Amino acid sequence: MSSSTDLGRPDPDPAVAPTTDGRPVSDRGDTVCVIGAGASGLTAVKNLREAGFGVDCYERETGVGGAWNWRHDRSPVYASTHLISSRPFTQFPDFPMPDDWPDYPHHAQLLSYFERYADHFDLRQHVWFGTEVVRVEPVEGDRWDVTTRSTGGYGPERTSRYAAVVLANGHNWSPKLPRYEGLEQFRGEVMHASSYKDPAQLRGKRVLVVGAGNTGCDIAVEAAQQASRCWHSTRRGYWYAPKYVFGRPADQVNDTMLALRVPLRVRQWLYHWTLRLTVGDLTRFGLPRPDHRVYETHPIANSQLVYYVGHGEVTPVPDVARFGDRTVELTDGREIDPDLVVFATGYLPRFEFLEGRVLGDADGSGRPRLWLNAFAAGHPTLAVVGLVQPDSGIFPISHWQSVLFARLLTLRTTRPDRAAAFGRRVAAGLGERYSGKVKDSTRHWFEVGHADYLRALQRALHDLEGK
Amino acid sequence: MNAQPVQVVRGWEWARPERPARREVVAAVPELDQAKPPLLFVPGFGHGAWAFAEHWLGHAAGRGFPAYALSLRGHGDSEPAPGATLRSYTHDVVQVAASLPRQAVLVGHGAGARVVAHALARYPARAAVLVAPVLGGWGILGTALRRNPVGTVPAVFGAGLRLNRRQLFSRELPDAEARRHVARLGRASRRAQWQLLTGRQPEPAVGRPPVLVLGSPDDRVVPPGALTRAARRYASAPLLFPGMGHDLMLDARWREPVDAILDWLEKDPAPAAG
Repeated sequence: MSSSTDLGRPDPDPAVAPTTDGRPVSDRGDTVCVIGAGASGLTAVKNLREAGFGVDCYERETGVGGAWNWRHDRSPVYASTHLISSRPFTQFPDFPMPDDWPDYPHHAQLLSYFERYADHFDLRQHVWFGTEVVRVEPVEGDRWDVTTRSTGGYGPERTSRYAAVVLANGHNWSPKLPRYEGLEQFRGEVMHASSYKDPAQLRGKRVLVVGAGNTGCDIAVEAAQQASRCWHSTRRGYWYAPKYVFGRPADQVNDTMLALRVPLRVRQWLYHWTLRLTVGDLTRFGLPRPDHRVYETHPIANSQLVYYVGHGEVTPVPDVARFGDRTVELTDGREIDPDLVVFATGYLPRFEFLEGRVLGDADGSGRPRLWLNAFAAGHPTLAVVGLVQPDSGIFPISHWQSVLFARLLTLRTTRPDRAAAFGRRVAAGLGERYSGKVKDSTRHWFEVGHADYLRALQRALHDLEGK
Repeated sequence: MNAQPVQVVRGWEWARPERPARREVVAAVPELDQAKPPLLFVPGFGHGAWAFAEHWLGHAAGRGFPAYALSLRGHGDSEPAPGATLRSYTHDVVQVAASLPRQAVLVGHGAGARVVAHALARYPARAAVLVAPVLGGWGILGTALRRNPVGTVPAVFGAGLRLNRRQLFSRELPDAEARRHVARLGRASRRAQWQLLTGRQPEPAVGRPPVLVLGSPDDRVVPPGALTRAARRYASAPLLFPGMGHDLMLDARWREPVDAILDWLEKDPAPAAG
């Protein structure tokens, strides 16, 4: 009922020291800045508002939904994108998706879910659309100077000073392109999965799909249906889990075992045994034998890939060795001649507006060192929300991260001793992992087990509240 | 209330989601949107959306509040659900609340107030109103046995709890009308009835909603002591309407409590401490 009266940024305040390059700064007092109005940004705005904070959220696009809004040029979704994890652990814990939706909703349903979330909690009034963040700099007193401008780079820059900053700019928009010998001279078409939108792009072509993530497998399946030929190149063997086992969504079966506190080893054994009985021996299809146990890489849930391999519509091939003029040489010496190569090789998290050392990544490796994947040492008023690669849904994790951060900001004024203790905990726990052993790669460094992670977060929340 | 820590890990709820059930939702929406929060009325055991459709929905809409009432599964025109639990009822309330265009105020009556108390841990309501709340516990069984042994004893053995019209209404309500309402009463599932006595207490509310408790000192289902205890849980005192029965929304002077609720909401109550 109360509508916020802190709309509209005041003119630059002459009392506040200007930025290092002499431009004026407008002081936003206790307001918190949220970067991005995707799923993680929206839940951060909602939870900070709920804790009583004023919020300015900057969104480079003109709508909410971030990655899940297919109109956005940074959106990685394609026409057929569906959820990989089923509804119960994918919805926000305090705003369930309609229970007549399917177990695995379509991306358009996801977008309508986020739009409804924004309207239900009246969040749009706090979002500055079409505004991108150029720079985020820490200033004295644990405050932040955030410099913004209109998306696209025209218009003047303006700098505002905030009490805290939430980074929710997503990690699935900056494509990771592997280097291959001879790729420049390859005459065929080459694209990254981020520009794959519609199966019509594959129709009638000879397609090589590189990468066995969930996207790679989805595109391989669509190529099997649409293209004249499909090769699927993977670096190693993977476990292709069906989306349903025992008549229930597979992740709910996994959550049943987690709720029963079944140890990881036993879960892995049960998983292998279930796959052997249902999917069968993958090497019989010509797929390589997995070189790791299940849960040691990001789970792939795709019931159709093995089906199309079994129908000869997808030819599994090993890694690419080098590109020729018209051909691609594989590591086993075979040569294939695709006319379209789709690199489903993933994305890299990027914080181009922030100096690497703020997040503990001074050498620019692209791997911030954080506690709970959210908190940086020495910056008690900074949180990264949604920088996790969970083995299930991500939105409940973003929700609880922002609840924890809002709680921390409140306690900084009411119980500074507890906030300080939290800061020490952050410094001590940098780089902590929340999963069993996983393969090392640019996507797996922030892989978390959703139950392990949330247990750690729950402990942090209870410690913070002294319970 | 706030002594209980927040529950983040809910493994069983992720593993075993509640089954969907067709729900009856009755709405009365004002012609002009006045930017007031929607109200969601949750009837108690045996009652359906009809109990609020009788007077309160129209009255709230007349004062500019979009008003909705649902029937918990197994009640009214919702899908039959003989095996429903308190969790299923809570699921129904949260689903309807989240489907409304804006953050809703939850109004629970009788055992519906217990369902609302559970729902508050699952949905950050704008505010909550507990009308003649039956929050459970063994005390409520003692009162019911004393006031209405014929209707209560079979319920202990699994039959539906039967409330008589002297418990529900004051003598001011014409007999014919009281009989008509009593004839419409259904029943909650056996498991939910038992959970009212033995089930776990609600988790702390999320989103710090302000809570109003109101009832009647002459209620023959909820004794005044229970009202005071319920209000104290939410750090307030109950608002009392003497001379009325348990069903404040159907009794002869139904207008007074609903006006009190709407006045309270118009004053824009501050969020609860915490």
